[in-house]
Amino acid sequence: MAAAMPLALLVLLLLGPRGWCLAEPPRDSLREELVITPLPSGDVAATFQFRTRWDSELQREGGLSVLLKADRLFHTSYHSQAVHIRPVCRNARCTSISWELRQTLSVVFDAFITGQGKKDWSLFRMFSRTLTEPCPLASESRVYVDITTYNQDNETLEVNPPPTTTYQDIILGTRKTYAIYDLLDTAMINKSRNLNIQLKWKRPPENEAPPVPFLHAQRYVSGYGLQKGELSTLLYNTHPYRAFPVLLLDTVPWYLRLYVHTLTITSKGKENKPSYIHYQPAQDRLQPHLLEMLIQLPANSVTKVSIQFERALLKWTEYTPDPNHGFYVSPSVLSALVPSVVAAKPVDWEESPLFNSLFPVSDGSNYFVRLYTEPLLVNLPTPDFSMPYNVICLTCTVVAVCYGSFYNLLTRTFHIEEPRTGGLAKRLANLIRRARGVPPL
Amino acid sequence: MGLLSDPVRRRALARLVLRLNAPLCVLSYVAGIAWFLALVFPPLTQRTYMSENAMGSTMVEEQFAGGDRARAFARDFAAHRKKSGALPVAWLERTMRSVGLEVYTQSFSRKLPFPDETHERYMVSGTNVYGILRAPRAASTESLVLTVPCGSDSTNSQAVGLLLALAAHFRGQIYWAKDIIFLVTEHDLLGTEAWLEAYHDVNVTGMQSSPLQGRAGAIQAAVALELSSDVVTSLDVAVEGLNGQLPNLDLLNLFQTFCQKGACCARFRLQPQDWTSLDGPLQGLQTLLLMVLRQASGRPHGSHGLFLRYRVEALTLRGINSFRQYKYDLVAVGKALEGMFRKLNHLLERLHQSFFLYLLPALSRFVSIGLYMPAAGFLLLVLGLKISSLHEAEVGLEEPGGAGGMVVVFGDPLAPGPISKSLCALQGVGLASLVAPLLISQAMGLALYVLPVLGQHVATQHFPVAEAEAVVLTLLAIYAAGLALPHNTHRVVSTQAPDRGWMALKLVALIYLALQLGCIALTNFSLGFLLATTMVPAAALAKPHGPRTLYAALLVLTSPAATLLGSLFLWRELQEAPLSLAEGWQLFLAALAQGVLEHHTYGALLFPLLSLGLYPCWLLFWNVLFWK
Repeated sequence: MAAAMPLALLVLLLLGPRGWCLAEPPRDSLREELVITPLPSGDVAATFQFRTRWDSELQREGGLSVLLKADRLFHTSYHSQAVHIRPVCRNARCTSISWELRQTLSVVFDAFITGQGKKDWSLFRMFSRTLTEPCPLASESRVYVDITTYNQDNETLEVNPPPTTTYQDIILGTRKTYAIYDLLDTAMINKSRNLNIQLKWKRPPENEAPPVPFLHAQRYVSGYGLQKGELSTLLYNTHPYRAFPVLLLDTVPWYLRLYVHTLTITSKGKENKPSYIHYQPAQDRLQPHLLEMLIQLPANSVTKVSIQFERALLKWTEYTPDPNHGFYVSPSVLSALVPSVVAAKPVDWEESPLFNSLFPVSDGSNYFVRLYTEPLLVNLPTPDFSMPYNVICLTCTVVAVCYGSFYNLLTRTFHIEEPRTGGLAKRLANLIRRARGVPPL
Repeated sequence: MGLLSDPVRRRALARLVLRLNAPLCVLSYVAGIAWFLALVFPPLTQRTYMSENAMGSTMVEEQFAGGDRARAFARDFAAHRKKSGALPVAWLERTMRSVGLEVYTQSFSRKLPFPDETHERYMVSGTNVYGILRAPRAASTESLVLTVPCGSDSTNSQAVGLLLALAAHFRGQIYWAKDIIFLVTEHDLLGTEAWLEAYHDVNVTGMQSSPLQGRAGAIQAAVALELSSDVVTSLDVAVEGLNGQLPNLDLLNLFQTFCQKGACCARFRLQPQDWTSLDGPLQGLQTLLLMVLRQASGRPHGSHGLFLRYRVEALTLRGINSFRQYKYDLVAVGKALEGMFRKLNHLLERLHQSFFLYLLPALSRFVSIGLYMPAAGFLLLVLGLKISSLHEAEVGLEEPGGAGGMVVVFGDPLAPGPISKSLCALQGVGLASLVAPLLISQAMGLALYVLPVLGQHVATQHFPVAEAEAVVLTLLAIYAAGLALPHNTHRVVSTQAPDRGWMALKLVALIYLALQLGCIALTNFSLGFLLATTMVPAAALAKPHGPRTLYAALLVLTSPAATLLGSLFLWRELQEAPLSLAEGWQLFLAALAQGVLEHHTYGALLFPLLSLGLYPCWLLFWNVLFWK
């Protein structure tokens, strides 16, 4: 976060003369909002969106940014930060444009740890702060809390203080209900000088888990041993009655040699033929495998895409410094237009809350989702890197011994040796004969 | 190096080997045994040390304090288990979810090839329950496993309690970099095998199981826990896995470090002793022999043994509650486990720095492969010497007076030299005379491997025995029948030189045995050494002249089955629980059935190795002995 904030400021400064500080007043009002939603895993996601300045001076002033306390934010399961910049027309004819800067920070809190075993949460437990006053610059400063109940009665959860207004919208194909807390509403803050929103589950939320998303995926390596293996991707379509196509993009490093003929796609026990396959084979040390498929996922099914591979032997300089850790295989990317349960109506972006723009809607009947599966860790056959020294010693010895013997054999001249008979007498006789100059016996 | 090129010295060496063959053989055999016995003394055995940097110097403060919670979980688990009579899956799921894990179940079923009388099971079906603790800010690429195998009886409930309490403690921490899988398996090892096969999406043993819903990447290490009492006097650690595979020594070192630190008494088979007195090495030898026997058996001694196939370093911790004064409660065990998991969590690479092949005379001492292999080498040298002398003698028979013209390279029985040359020599005899005994003994081995399980139903129809008994008795019957069959075959063969036939056969048998033992000793030293110790003298002595009854008795006493029986007696003797003869026989029959079952259920290789490899080879020597 510390790194990104100067970046955001820099962008502001660069764009300032064109976007913000022209004589004409800016078209967009300064808005900030915090959206809190429960996740299917039981965790709680908090998404900040700022269309204001977001820096350390303002944090002292008030507004939502008082909640951004580093030691809490880094004790979470996940956080991501983004800066969005886009041109916005100033008038209907679009003769001049403004630049819109939007900063988002998404944090996933482990509700189990912060809530001491329960899934209840409050602002204070999550951020160790409460909201005290609105941002002096913002024209709109709101907190949205997802209070959608998944069964009919409204008895399952309770938010405190009770919201004055609620807001309904279609997010990712389902209807969501949000409680709205407007910080500019003086009644909201002034009552107790601070606002600590709390959510309590009245019933143990085991049977109240939010429904799983229609499309999710899982990926793993199967098999054992260091020679062969299989990459398997499980694609889940939990939609009760709609089938939809999914574009699956796999990039696999070259040192996993894919056997494309083993590519099998099965759903509900039957073979599923992809309607489109693009495969670009890998080149050693140059490019990875690229496999792209368009697969139709039947309704309420699990589709298994599996392909076998063989692990290649790397050159010994190509291993990473920690070769026994394994090599990462990047996630596969799933892109799909997932059908909605509830048709979304086209919305006016300016009027609806900022977080709507995070969930693009192509048309009313479906919405676009891009998923990344988990990265994989694959072990390649790894030499023992303390071995080269031993190997060199051993090979040199073996080569020396063999070479010595062979050289000896090859260069030696052989001649037939007469069997020695006689012994001492004969040797004496020969000595005498040599002295006489006569050939020996 | 004139050895290869100087015919004179070469000839002299060959003559020396020939002339001093018998003393050299005895010397080599004695040297092998002596080397093995010397392994417990300090120059050969070393103190263990941590090699992995990531686990070595980092500090870990154990904070586990959930002893009461563990006991409460254990009580609940035992009560639910007694009520339902099986693994209380729903309760486990609920409890794991309540401590904040992501819970999944897996059901499996397996029909054993024949009823398992030791564990009283035949058609097995069960459910494994596992919960995954997802590490924050990690992508689930690596994981660690803590597993508790639950058998049919109500042991191990304390282990389940401790597992749940540890899970609850671990869940509250934020330092995890690897996911942790808490696995409770039903039907102990069968459940573990089913889960492992499903996790790696393979099917090696014909297990039927439902696919896993949740995974957590590549498993880096696993610890299996077996506890049946609230307090323990010591923790026993089992390392021997399937087919004698061992985990990396660093995992053992890690366990030992934390046991020392937490003053939780650890032991490996026997209580640790002071190494400076004479008792230390003696007890070291006892422990070493126990380890050799367990490793040679090739069966997984605890559910960790099945993880090793998938290259997951694993060991089993077993709580021992004996009549000693100092006892440790679950908190001490939990702290040791917490420390181990926290250090394993630090691992950057798979455990690979330390030894994979070692023997342990005590928990804190080890013998590395370079130091124990000579023991097996000396024993195999006996076979090499015999091969060379036999070959020389045969060549002598073939071309009288020309013996000096050929060269014998001795020493390494695996060198191609003697084999190819003796094959040349064999052509003189006519390979045809060897085909019949070879084929018949191999066929006997095949029958021994296939028939007992295949023919169990036929046997139960015709004889008043149960399936498991039928298998064991068929096994013994075929084994005994093998002794009667093949030595009659040579009558078909007519050879001019009466000696040449058996010598050729013995040569082939020796080479066969040397090859097999060499390969076994490389993969599973204990098994190779044990078999070499028993089979080599009889194999070296076998010939159709001389005191044949004595040779026959020796050969029978060193046959693979007799070795197994002897090992059982030695095993109980070393554990200071000696067996009576009848008990020993019962145990022998049970071990045979277990051996066959373990081959079919987990893929243990001892049974096929003995029936397809060593038994036919042994029959060849039997054949040599009764060659007329």
